[in-house]
Formats: sequence, structure tokens, C-alpha cells
Amino acid sequence: MDLLWDGIKEAFRLWIRGDAEIIEITLRTLAVSSLATAVSLLLGVPIGAALALKRFPGRRPLVALVNTGMGMPPVVVGLFVAIMLWRSGPFGGLGLIYTPWAIVIAQFVIAVPLVIGISLAAIQTIDPKLLDQMIALGANRLQLLWLIVREARLGLLAALMAGFGAVISEVGASIMVGGNIAGETRVLTTATVLETSRGRFEVAIALGVMLLVLAYLVNLVFTSAQQRRPA
Amino acid sequence: MPSNAAPPSLPPVADSKIQLRGCRVVRDGRVVLDIPELDVPKGHTTALIGPNGAGKSTLLRMLQLLIRPERGELLLDGVPMQRDPIATRRRMATAFQEPLLLSMSVRANVELGLRLRRLPRAQRRARARHWLDRFGVGHLADRHAHDVSGGEAQRVSLARAFALNPEVLLLDEPFAALDAPTRSDLIEDFASVLAESRPTTVLVTHDRDEARRLGDGIVVLIDGRLRQRGSPAEVFGAPADAEVAAFVGVENVWAASLERSSAGIATYRVAGQLVDVASASPPAAALVCVRPEAITLFPPAAAVPGSARNCLPARIDAINLVGPVLRIQLHLGHSEDTTAVATVTPASVEALGLRVGSAVSAVFKATAAHLIPR
Repeated sequence: MDLLWDGIKEAFRLWIRGDAEIIEITLRTLAVSSLATAVSLLLGVPIGAALALKRFPGRRPLVALVNTGMGMPPVVVGLFVAIMLWRSGPFGGLGLIYTPWAIVIAQFVIAVPLVIGISLAAIQTIDPKLLDQMIALGANRLQLLWLIVREARLGLLAALMAGFGAVISEVGASIMVGGNIAGETRVLTTATVLETSRGRFEVAIALGVMLLVLAYLVNLVFTSAQQRRPA
Repeated sequence: MPSNAAPPSLPPVADSKIQLRGCRVVRDGRVVLDIPELDVPKGHTTALIGPNGAGKSTLLRMLQLLIRPERGELLLDGVPMQRDPIATRRRMATAFQEPLLLSMSVRANVELGLRLRRLPRAQRRARARHWLDRFGVGHLADRHAHDVSGGEAQRVSLARAFALNPEVLLLDEPFAALDAPTRSDLIEDFASVLAESRPTTVLVTHDRDEARRLGDGIVVLIDGRLRQRGSPAEVFGAPADAEVAAFVGVENVWAASLERSSAGIATYRVAGQLVDVASASPPAAALVCVRPEAITLFPPAAAVPGSARNCLPARIDAINLVGPVLRIQLHLGHSEDTTAVATVTPASVEALGLRVGSAVSAVFKATAAHLIPR
């Protein structure tokens, strides 16, 4: 127990001192995971809407694929993205491996099936007659998507929270494609792994608690948006 | 989606707002709608009636461009509607059986269609306020749309449609889901709004009374096909065939053969009795149709008013209360299988002392009977 207690005390000391490295890692984590989540929403919601509303051959296997993707191990994603971005790989020429961009790409791949799957489920609960009414009101394609997103906003915020929660907490892919390089690609999870392996538990605890606080604050913002009764 | 092979526009027919040409809708290999030709007159309310599953809603959905006919053409002011579906829909407004309000305030719902048309906010506000007030729900403007009652929600839905100032108003059973008092109040309010703003209206309903109350013209659809169109008096008084007759409430349809004809009066034999029908060109074999409310009952030996030419002996089989009137089932003459129905008031049943088994005279005018050739 002493280990934990000392760790927590040291963590507080680090925060109060405003440890530059921890702040830098936290900000990077927030930036990388937010960007990955945002892109996954931008692409995932329209795809989810299309899967929810359109009937086409091959739709069912595609939905099953998305549902499988929702539970994909980040390590497998990391492996796949690492191979793609490897210097001799198909996209090696872009020089993205071991950069924050590589982490964004891997996290996007992790988040996008979650976003598609949950928005698909949310949009499917909209009464088809309500969709007819939206079209009859004169909505064009983009306006229709806007109205659908508006109507399914509770479910879509759940998709957002699930996506963000998944990427901010994953570690396998970030290490594999980012390399946990100090000052460049180190994020809260990879730093926690490193500090633990070094036996610097107090730093690891400070990082871990920071991760929890960050996840909580972000979810608090989304949850209050979700639970607000709109006028 | 504009079609590359769009045929040239027909010249707009005077007074026709919407024209359907050779429209056919197929679902699961079955033809559910087949309309060779239909013109919807401008500024009129056309009531589209028919039994459940007749294709009424399918026709309306086709007009909203929600489903595409397998073949045929839809014209609005002579221009194919499919050429620019969004622009076409923005000249129309729709209300369905359910209010289908979005999850936002009542006011925002009424403004929504105008917002999609990029009308400035101040104008949206003003129009929403006007139409919410006009439908008696102005006080609900700030409420969430899901926090109002069913009747109120349907008023909001109609306000939303009228706020668009539509050239064409498409209504799919907008009163069917409401309870009776709510329904008749809303129908009266709706009728007065309609009389003022007179958009070209297509009202789908399975309710004959609603169609008669609101329709300038009636179109009867049965099994996906147009069976009859005309004024309410024509359709309800002179149905084109036995199925239309049954749907519009002409419950007396008797097989008859022509005996003689002179001076615009044809005499037919019905169940061994002679029946006079006003007709200039009577067919040899016909169905004689009489609405139940056109038949009055008298005691067997009573003097019958001079204007009524037909006085058939009958016997009462059953008496049932249907709404405010009594529905009397009879059989005619000595035939056991030619039946008739008359509706009479409870007061006259009491005055005449009618009961099951009573012998009566069934009396109706020659002009109250209508012939369908067989």
C-alpha cells in the first residue's frame, strides 16, 4: 500500500510543480486523440447513416464487418498500420511512421468502426416516416444528413464518447506506430507503460491519474451536451 | 435526379395543377398502382378515397417523389416533377396521419421547412407565429414538440405545412388518428383555413364523410385503379360500379331487368316488384342503386306522398342503432334473398311502431335511384 500512497503523493507534487514533461505529454495526448476521434466522426457518421438508411447487396456482411471492427484489438490495428507506414511499406514514402500522425491514423482506424456501428444503431431507431417527413419538407441531401444527426444526437454523442474513450486509453497501437519517442510521440498511455517498467511508480501513477481525469473531463462535457433537453 | 431521356413537357392544361400520365407502381412484382391519366385541378381540394390497401398512400408518396413510378410521368404546371425533385418538393407541403414532429420546439418545427428554404429568420418567426395562432396552438410555440398532446401535435403539423405557403398540399389521413371530438374540431378549423388560402390539395382519406365535407372533387381508387372521379354529388349519388357503390355507402344494389321505358322513366323488375327509375337511356340489364337514407318507411296501407313513385312491400329483418340513426334491414316483396337497408331516426321508428317482423312499405323517389349497367 505504501507504494500506491507514496506514488499518489509524488503525483500530486508533480502536478503542483507543473512538470513540463507531463503537461507536454497530456496536451499531445489530447490533441492526437481528439483529432483521431474528430476524423472518425466526420467519416464514420455519414457511413453509419448510409448503412442505416440504404438497402444494397452486401449490406449485411458489411455491417457484420463493422461490428467486428468495434472489438478490434489495438495491437492488431497497430501492426497493420505499422506495416502500411513502414519505410519499405506501401505508404512508407510518406515518412509518417514514428510521428504523431501515425498515431492519429492508428487511432482513427480503432475509432471509426465504433463510430460507424453506434451511429448506425442510433440512426436506425429514427422512424422511417419521420425521414419521409424530412424529405417532404424539402431537405436536400446535406440538410437531410443534418436533420438526421440532429434527431439521433443522443446516440451520436454516445458514439463520440465511445470512440474517444477507446483511443485515449489504447496503448498497443500508439507504441507500435509512434515508438514512444520522448518529446515527439510519447502519450499518456505509452509513458505510463515506460515509467512502470522503469519502476518509477510515482510518475506512472501521476500519468495514469491524469489520463483518468482527462477522460472524465472530456466525457463530462459531452455528457452534459447529451443530457441537456434541447429547446 | 433528372432523367436524361426526359420526354418533352406537355403544355399545361388550363386549370390543371398536377397531371399524371401513365403512372404505374410495381411492388414485389405486383402492380399496386396504375393510373393512365389523372388531372388535379388548381385551387381545388381533391379527396382521394378508397378502402384500405387501395393504393391511396402510394399515389400520395409518388406525388411527394418519395417513390418513383416504374413508368409514367408526373407533371406540375406541365413540367416533369422529377426534373428537379428538391425544387418540386419545395413547392409542396405534406402532413401525414402522425404529426411526425422533430425533436425541437414547436416553433422550430413550424419554421423548419422555411429554414431549409433559407428564408430569413424574422420572416420565419412571423410566419410560424401566424400559422400556429391560426390553428389555435400559438401558446405552445416554446414547448418541446414531444410535450404536446396528439391533437395539438397534429395542429402543429398542419401549421408547419401551411407555413410553407405551398402551391400543393398533400395530406395523408391527417385526421384519422385523432379521437372523435378532437377530430371534428380540427376538421372544421382546417376547412376554414383551406377555404381562405386554397392551395391545390390532395386529401387521402378512407372516411367518406371527411371526403364529402372537404372535397371539391372526389377520386375513387380501388385495387390501385381509378374507378371514378367527379363531384361529391356524382360519386356519392351515382357510383360508377358496384364496388364504388359499396365503398361510398350505397348499400342497396339490386339486380334488375328493364320492363319498359317512356318519358324519361324506366321501369325495372326487382325481386318480382316494379321499380321506376329516372333515366333517359336505361340499359336492359342493370343494378338499381339507392342510398339507405333515401328510403323512407311507411305502414303497409298508408297513403304515400305523391312525389315518391316507388312503394315496395317489405318486411323488417333487423333494427340496429348505428351512430345517431337506426339502420333497418329489410327483405323486399316475397323474395327472401333481395334485401334492402334503410336508415331512419329513432323517433320515426317509435312513431311507426316498427319492430322486427313488421310489414312496411319501402318508399323512394324515381330520382333517388341510380342505374349501373350490368
